[in-house]
Amino acid sequence: MRYPSLILDDVTRVHGSGETAVRALAGVSLDVMPGELVAVMGPSGSGKSTLLNLAGGLDKATSGRVVIEGEDLTKMTPKGIAQLRRQRVGFVFQDYNLIPSLTAAENVSLPLELDGERPRKARLLARQTLDLMDLRELADRFPDQMSGGQQQRVAIARALVGTRRLVLADEPTGALDTHTGEEVLRVLRERCDDGVAGLLVTHEARHAAWADRVVFLRDGVIVDSTGPAGSAEDLLDAAPA
Amino acid sequence: MSVKQGLMALLAEGPMYGAQLRAEFEERTGGTWPLNVGQVYTTLSRLERDGFVEATGEADAEGRISYRLTEAGAAENATWWTTPVDRDSTPRDELTIKLALAVTVPGVDVRAVAQTQRTATLKHLHDLTRLKQQVVARQREDETEPSHPGAPDHDLAWLLVLENLIFSAEAEVRWLDHVETRLHREALRPRPQPTTDGERAAGGARTAYDDEPEPTTTRGARR
Repeated sequence: MRYPSLILDDVTRVHGSGETAVRALAGVSLDVMPGELVAVMGPSGSGKSTLLNLAGGLDKATSGRVVIEGEDLTKMTPKGIAQLRRQRVGFVFQDYNLIPSLTAAENVSLPLELDGERPRKARLLARQTLDLMDLRELADRFPDQMSGGQQQRVAIARALVGTRRLVLADEPTGALDTHTGEEVLRVLRERCDDGVAGLLVTHEARHAAWADRVVFLRDGVIVDSTGPAGSAEDLLDAAPA
Repeated sequence: MSVKQGLMALLAEGPMYGAQLRAEFEERTGGTWPLNVGQVYTTLSRLERDGFVEATGEADAEGRISYRLTEAGAAENATWWTTPVDRDSTPRDELTIKLALAVTVPGVDVRAVAQTQRTATLKHLHDLTRLKQQVVARQREDETEPSHPGAPDHDLAWLLVLENLIFSAEAEVRWLDHVETRLHREALRPRPQPTTDGERAAGGARTAYDDEPEPTTTRGARR
């Protein structure tokens, strides 16, 4: 039996209190299985980023449960959440966020080193991840020696280095042209086809179409979903062991 | 789509018979616009009547007659390549008409119409994207191990058709987003209070909501 990599169970997030309270998310429930890429769409202010922040443990739900790979964040200490985030969750942002003074391989190994891994082992794992994603030739380049698309692919490698099998991507193609954006999505799609679970926030329908499922948010509520394409059992069967 | 022009473009490569033309047309456009053989032969008859094509000879052993372009046909074909496709006539689009009617017919939940369509269009977009991924993957394989060196690039033709369909579907989703935003703004816009019939007539534009029995300050209540 396989379990969802990510569970949002009746999650609500309210900012502020009293008359000025703003309900950013209201009773959102969403599962992401291993091997599944789910896109989140919706107008500005619909709660997309809040959902992603909660899913990654960067923000705390006012009510409801957030479960990452079986660990219920709502029952964990901030320190425990930080550790879980470092070890299990990868983030990809619109502006890549690579450190300019480090090479691609060093950028990818950094999360492991910050998590206490020996530098030698961390760099070995980083190079393995870059190899896996056909990015070997970029390993020794600095960010300013790479195109935007190359930097974003390295950022995805960084998000997935080591044991992390959940990637949360916030408009990862926002700064890229159509072709390069598609290359980045292809890489993300391939990782998910290999068993990684992905949550992709985008406002581009063409990019959301790479996902297995699209959920629409409006005013903090999921108003519609396009899938999944098959039943939950189909999805489980399709996911790599 | 002009079947006539499509067939002439194929015949410019060399003589072909009906079933061959149909197969080539469908292969190069990815089967997106299927033709039946009857349609092909009817078109060939008209082209022959108009002097654009001619039979190359008698029917072969299997009863198939090949056709080729005449000089006039070749000239017509050359003109087609250099003339833009006519965009002045607006084809009837069911979705546009549906939404235009939805905002004018009382009792229709316009947002639901738009949302239902967007979900369907996104699914379609998803299927097209998967097809495109397959074609691109095949092209990558061909780059490393060419399976048909020197063959005409039918994958490229199919890719262009697919991308056209993807762009169209994406444009439709964007337009549906815009429709929702427009409806939302419209719902928030303060409504001028109707005065007399004369002033209303002089006031010009009436909207879909002008005939509502009990006007409210916002139009959100309608939905």
